[in-house]
Amino acid sequence: MNISLEQLDSITARYTEKMAGYGKVVRICCGTGCVSSGALNVYEGLKKALIEKGLSDSVLVKQTGCHGLCERGPIVVLGEEEILYQSVGKRNIEDDISALLNTITDDTIVERMLYQGEDKTKRYISPKDIPFYAGQNRIVLSLNGIIDAEDIEEYISQGGYRALYKALLMEPEEIIDWIEKSGLRGRGGGGFPTGTKWRSCRAAHGDVKYVVANGDEGDPGAFMDRSLMEGNPHGVIEGMIIGGYAIGSNQGFIYVRDEYPLAVSRLLKAIEGAKEYGLLGKNIFDSGFDFDIKVFRGGGAFVCGESTALMSSIEGKSGEPRAKYIHTVEKGIWERPTNLNNVETWACVPHIINKGWEWFASIGTSHSKGTKVFSLVGKVKNTGLIEVPMGITLREIIYDLGGGIQGDKQFKAVQTGGPSGGCIPEAYLEMPVDFDSLTKLGSMMGSGGMIVMDERNCMVDVARYFLKFLVEESCGKCTPCREGVRRMYEIVDRICHGEGKKGDIQHLEELAHAVSLSSLCGLGQSAPNPVLSTIKYFRDEYTLHIEEKKCPAGVCKALIRFSILPDKCTGCMRCKAECPVQCIKGEKKEVHEIDSDRCIKCGTCYDVCRFDAVIIE
Amino acid sequence: MEVDTAKIDSIIEKYNRDRSYMLAMFQDVQRLYRYLPKEAISYICKQLDIPFSKGYEMATFYKALSLKPRGRHTIHVCLGTACHLRGGPNILETFERELHIKTGETTEDGRFSIETVNCLGACALAPLVRVDEHDFGKTTQAVVKKIINEFTDGVKS
Repeated sequence: MNISLEQLDSITARYTEKMAGYGKVVRICCGTGCVSSGALNVYEGLKKALIEKGLSDSVLVKQTGCHGLCERGPIVVLGEEEILYQSVGKRNIEDDISALLNTITDDTIVERMLYQGEDKTKRYISPKDIPFYAGQNRIVLSLNGIIDAEDIEEYISQGGYRALYKALLMEPEEIIDWIEKSGLRGRGGGGFPTGTKWRSCRAAHGDVKYVVANGDEGDPGAFMDRSLMEGNPHGVIEGMIIGGYAIGSNQGFIYVRDEYPLAVSRLLKAIEGAKEYGLLGKNIFDSGFDFDIKVFRGGGAFVCGESTALMSSIEGKSGEPRAKYIHTVEKGIWERPTNLNNVETWACVPHIINKGWEWFASIGTSHSKGTKVFSLVGKVKNTGLIEVPMGITLREIIYDLGGGIQGDKQFKAVQTGGPSGGCIPEAYLEMPVDFDSLTKLGSMMGSGGMIVMDERNCMVDVARYFLKFLVEESCGKCTPCREGVRRMYEIVDRICHGEGKKGDIQHLEELAHAVSLSSLCGLGQSAPNPVLSTIKYFRDEYTLHIEEKKCPAGVCKALIRFSILPDKCTGCMRCKAECPVQCIKGEKKEVHEIDSDRCIKCGTCYDVCRFDAVIIE
Repeated sequence: MEVDTAKIDSIIEKYNRDRSYMLAMFQDVQRLYRYLPKEAISYICKQLDIPFSKGYEMATFYKALSLKPRGRHTIHVCLGTACHLRGGPNILETFERELHIKTGETTEDGRFSIETVNCLGACALAPLVRVDEHDFGKTTQAVVKKIINEFTDGVKS
């Protein structure tokens, strides 16, 4: 069937009417994070309870995408007043379900389930008041947590697919002009101007062209694209159809990581729905434009996030990158012009078309426009998903939205850009977050993973972690990356084992230079960044490891020894009970002692001791 | 090992014998046998008229594919950055110690295999462990034992 604007509006009207029939709407976050915290049990439990109370006709319970505050999941938001309950069902599911029922029936607010700030003084009722949400500007994520991702009518009722209708009445060149003037840059990390890419692909020779959404979000510590694909798949699809029309392509591909099964199933369902409503397929909105989308599942290879490797994987080959003498906008999948953008970039497109390029260009900094979604994780109090305008400072993100460092420990660094990025120290916390500032600091924007580290994280170990990651993920096609990164790993690993030698740092810097200069693809070219940035900002820590064989953070096991201070130990037995290898002796109210021969240096005793009696030497 | 060619045929047909879906076919076969038997690679290659070496290249390139038989439950310990910083390596060691196997191995009774994964995208709940389709967030060493018991006693089959 061919859908019309009137039909979209009548779906909206019908839906609004249906919603008005419900006395209350309860939204349960069913993103991957909350599901693993037990959100589905809350959903089933509440549904059952409502049926028993005879309320199932007047109360709608919805499964939505990620609300962002994953740390406090499962998150439940009730009614128009948006009462936000956290950690629902974590302690006692029956109690919490009956508490939810109370709120539903007589608006009683259950104090203990409300969000509480880290200082434990104030509880907040609505997300609008919680600093984590208040500091955000949710555009791409605006419908995440609001709509049921599996119901296309919800997306349509929230204004969905109107941008597509508008775009199909525009000339393709005009759309590209808009995208260019909006200042949209690639959200996958590189920050290449999206409009320029579209224009080159449109101009490329060839009848058959492709557009691709890169959902191979391989950067460890990043889950923005997953949340988008799970929470609002139609937003991505609508962006791709508009892009296809602007570029002159009738076929789109979405490449999704194998590790994201929920994203795959939601996307497939969304595509099916869009086809059913005539929003994908032949002659969309009677415009004469045809478009189809296929979903490809990755195979657990990080390098497939690189555009040429991803395209090779879509062709049914192993995902090895190639040199980009010829750009993929000229020759991509099956040697045909291919325009690849990140999932988040696609999701920005409908908003730009709906609200105009001027609106988008008014947000952000002079060279980085719009907002960016970050996954704020690591040693920060409020971990989760945030969307903030470009130009916000790192301090605002970590301390205002994130609430500061867990356990009020000392902030040490924030890592951005995944294995291609670097670690930024405290001195640069006032830096605005945009593409160019982060690159200047030796890191990069990357896809949006922001990993906060504290005094208990060793920067040499972090460098080793990323090198090991890259050694495993290097495809092996070019020698500098395959051999160079491995040699760098061996050196850093040696340093962590207390076998570092004088001259190791210089050697690392030389190797890093060679690898970044001569590697074939982005993976190798940026592989040295974690090492170089940690050497640049934390050189002392390397020196301590090499010359004094010490790990100040207490992470590198070969360099540390745990012991108990007799004058501080109260003999509470806590560390003894938690020790996984039972190497702590001592009776109740007697000073405990660690048998260092049997100690595996896991640090559990250090973390659980409430009296600071365990020390790292 | 003998593979069920009828079942594999239906997988190939599901993707319209399209070579570009070879990875997806392999993944479907792996779901069937919990690993990718060499015989299945060879059969699919023959059906699609692709040299076996190409199929083998694919099968060894993608980490999600395993050429070795896996246990009934695969334990994926996430070692993404956030999990690494919040004690993922200790969780991995605990699994190895409790099950007396190393990463990549399977217990003698064929119940568990341990594997690592570079990020499951639930970083806010680090350290994360995925057993089959179940995710366990904020894992501690005590939870490791609970997980093992849960799957051993057949609560989750």
